[in-house]
Amino acid sequence: MLSRTADNLYWITRYMERAETMARLLDVGGRMALLPSTGEGFHSEWESLLQASGTAEGFAHKYGDPVQRNIESYFFFDRDNPSSILSCITQARENARIVRGALTTLVWDTLNTAFQEVRALERRPRSELDLSFLTDWTMRHSALLRGAIDGTQLRKDGWDFLNLGYYLERADNTARLLDVKYYVLLPGIDFVGSGLDNYQWTTLLRAMSAHRAFHWAYGGEVTSRKIAHFLILNIQSPRSLRSSVEGMTDHLDRLARGYGTSGQAQSKARALLAELVETTVEDVFDEGLHEFLTRFIGDVAGLGGLIHETYLSGDVR
Amino acid sequence: MASTYFNEMYQEGAVRPPYRQLENWTADMPAELRSLKQAEAEALFRRIGITFAVYGEGGDPDRLIPFDMFPRVFTAHEWARLERGIKQRARALNAFLLDIYGRGEIVRAGRIPARLVYQNEAYEKAVAGFVPPRGVYSHIVGIDLVRTGPDEFFVLEDNCRTPSGVSYMLENREIMMRMFPALFRENRIAPVDRYPDLLRRTLQSVAPTKCDRDPTVVILTPGHFNSAYYEHSFLADLMGVELVEGQDLFVEGEFVWMRTTEGPKRVDVIYRRIDDAYLDPLCFRPDSALGVPGLMDVYRSGGVTICSAPGAGVADDKAIYTFVPEMIRFYLGEAPILQNVPTWQCGKAEDLKHVLANLPELVVKEVHGSGGYGMLVGPKATKAQVESFAERIRAKPGNYIAQPTLALSTVPTFVEEGIAPRHVDLRPYCLVGERIELVPGGLTRVALTEGSLVVNSSQGGGVKDTWVLAG
Repeated sequence: MLSRTADNLYWITRYMERAETMARLLDVGGRMALLPSTGEGFHSEWESLLQASGTAEGFAHKYGDPVQRNIESYFFFDRDNPSSILSCITQARENARIVRGALTTLVWDTLNTAFQEVRALERRPRSELDLSFLTDWTMRHSALLRGAIDGTQLRKDGWDFLNLGYYLERADNTARLLDVKYYVLLPGIDFVGSGLDNYQWTTLLRAMSAHRAFHWAYGGEVTSRKIAHFLILNIQSPRSLRSSVEGMTDHLDRLARGYGTSGQAQSKARALLAELVETTVEDVFDEGLHEFLTRFIGDVAGLGGLIHETYLSGDVR
Repeated sequence: MASTYFNEMYQEGAVRPPYRQLENWTADMPAELRSLKQAEAEALFRRIGITFAVYGEGGDPDRLIPFDMFPRVFTAHEWARLERGIKQRARALNAFLLDIYGRGEIVRAGRIPARLVYQNEAYEKAVAGFVPPRGVYSHIVGIDLVRTGPDEFFVLEDNCRTPSGVSYMLENREIMMRMFPALFRENRIAPVDRYPDLLRRTLQSVAPTKCDRDPTVVILTPGHFNSAYYEHSFLADLMGVELVEGQDLFVEGEFVWMRTTEGPKRVDVIYRRIDDAYLDPLCFRPDSALGVPGLMDVYRSGGVTICSAPGAGVADDKAIYTFVPEMIRFYLGEAPILQNVPTWQCGKAEDLKHVLANLPELVVKEVHGSGGYGMLVGPKATKAQVESFAERIRAKPGNYIAQPTLALSTVPTFVEEGIAPRHVDLRPYCLVGERIELVPGGLTRVALTEGSLVVNSSQGGGVKDTWVLAG
C-alpha cells in the first residue's frame, strides 16, 4: 500500500475520533454548566474544556470571554477551529475522498453522508439546534462509520491503519479528558472527595458513555480511585488507556506479521502496554495523576511519531 | 430552424428504429415518476461522489454534471462504421507521432509543413529519436464526433494526451441499469464495463524494455484538488492499480519507485493524468512540484513507460487536425472513413480574409484552447461580440481556426417543459497498445440550453448514457 494512502486512512479515523471527543466535551460542558458555581461561576467550566481540547488560545483570540453559545459554535461549526466537529468531519471526508478506492462503498457512503448533513446543519439557524441534538448527531455518525469499517473493510493493512488512527487518537483524548478533571477543574485540594467532586467525576463518566458500565464493573460508591482505574487501567472499559494501547499493539503486530518485519513502533507500543499492565491505581496516584497523564500523552505522541516514520512517511528504504 | 437539424429519434414524423422501445418508455412514464427518478439519479451521483469542479468559477466545488436520463442510441450497423473510422484515425495519429519523432517522412514528402510540426509548442525535443514500447504514443485516443445526418459524422477534434470523461461513460450506464432495469431487458444493449480491464491490458502491453516481470501499472494524478480527480481514483480502483501523486514516486538507479508501507516498490507503466510540462522538473518546467525529478531519464533508457508518451500532444493540435485525412492516406494507404470539418487557418492570408468576411456564420476557436473557452459561435453571438472577436483574430491570426457552424444532431432530452430535442456530440475512447480496442459506447454530451451548440460541461452541458444496440 502507498505510504500516502496509509496516511490518509490513518487520518480519517483520527479526525472522526476527535470529532467524537469534541462532542463528548460539549456534552460534559453542557452538564457542568448545570452545576452550582464553584466560586468562579460557569466561566471556569467552559474555560477548562477549551484547555482540554487545546483550543483556548484560538477561541480567546476570536471571541474573548467563554460564553456558552459561542463555545458551542466554536466547537461544532467553526471552520477557523481545526478541531471543530465540522472541521474534523470535513478533513476526514477529504482524506477519504483521496483514497476512495481503498474504502468500501458503505464506508465512503457513511462518511460522505455525515459530511453532506453537517453542511446542511451549518446552514440552519443556530437557535433551531440544541446542544444535545448536535452531540447525539455526532456520536451517531461516528458510530455508523465505526460499524461500517468494522463490518465491511477487508482485514488487510488498510484496516490496521484505520484502527491505529482510532486507538491512537482515543488514547490521547481519554488522557486529556482525564487531565482536565484533575488539572483545571480542581484548583484547590479542598474539593477532593467532596460531594461536588463526586458529581463532577460522575459527569466525566457520562461523557465517556461509561456511566452505567462503570456501575456494572464496580458497584458501590463512586470514588476517584475507581474512576481512575476504570478509565486508565481497566481492560473492560473501551475507552481506557489500557484498551487503547492494547488496540494499537494488536494492529501494529498484525502489520508486522503481514509485512514480515517488526520495528521500533512495535517495541514502543509493547513497552507502553507492559507498563500499563504492571501499574496499579496506587502507583498512578503516587506519581501524581497529572504527572502520569502528561507522561502518557508524551509517550503516545512518541508512538505516533514512530508510526509515521515507519509506515506513513515513505522515507524508510 | 429546428427542422434543419437531424433529429436522431424522429425522422419525417416517424420514429427511427433504434429509438422504438424508448418511445413506449417515455409514453408510459408519468411526470411525477420522471422527477422522482431524476432526483434519484442525482442522489446516486452525489453519493458515489462524482462531482466536477469548474476551473476559475469558485462556487460549489461539489457540483454535479447534469445527467439526462434519455439515452442516446446507435444501431450495430451505425456503430460498426464509426468503429472502423475511429480505429483508423487512432492508428494514423500514432503512425504520425512515431514518424515525426523519427525520420519525419511526412514532412520530407511535403504533405505537412515542417513549421507546424517542429515549431509546435507540443513538440518535445527531449524525446526525438526515442521509440516508445510498440511504437505507441497515444494509448487512449478520445475522438470528438458530431453527427449531421443519418450517415454523416464529422470529427470535431482529436484528443491524444489524456482525454477525460470516461468515468461518466461507465457511471451513466451503471446508474441507468440500476434505475431502469426493464429497459435493459427489452433492448439488447452492448455492455461497456469491459473498459477498465481493456485499459489495464493496454497499459500492461506497453511495459518498458527493461521490465522482465508482470508489469506494475500506476495512475499519476496532479492531486485531489484536480477537477478530474474522481475519474483518476475511479479508474485506479476499477483497474486495481495504485493512484499516485508525484511525491509518491522517486527515481533511483535505473528505475522509478513508489513509496509504500513496505518500502520502495518498482513502477513499470505510468498512466499519467498530468501535462508534459509537469512530468519532470529536471527536463521540463523546473518549478513543477507535481512531477518526478529524473523521470525522463528513466523513460528514455527504457526503465518506465509513460502513457500517453511525452510529446503526443502534437497530434491533437488544432492546426495539425486539418492534416489527419492526409495522414490516413499517407501512412495507411486508405481513404478516411470519418470526415474532418472544413477548417480555415486564420494564419493563412486568404483563409483569414474569408473568415473575417463570414464571421457571423462561423465557429472560431483558439488553436491551443480547450473546454469551450475562448471560442466564438458566430450565429449565436451579438454584433458587438463578433466585432470584438474580429479584433482578437486580427491581432494574432495564427492563434485561430474557423469552421462552419455545423447542424449538430439532436436527441430528445428531459427538460422542464417535458421532452425536447437538444444538440449532442460524442466522445468514444479508443485504446491503443498491443491491439486496438474500442468499447461500444462513449460519452454523449448534451447542450441543455435550448438552441445551444456548446456541449462542454464547463459551459452548462450535461451527459447522457450512450447505447449501441447489439446486432
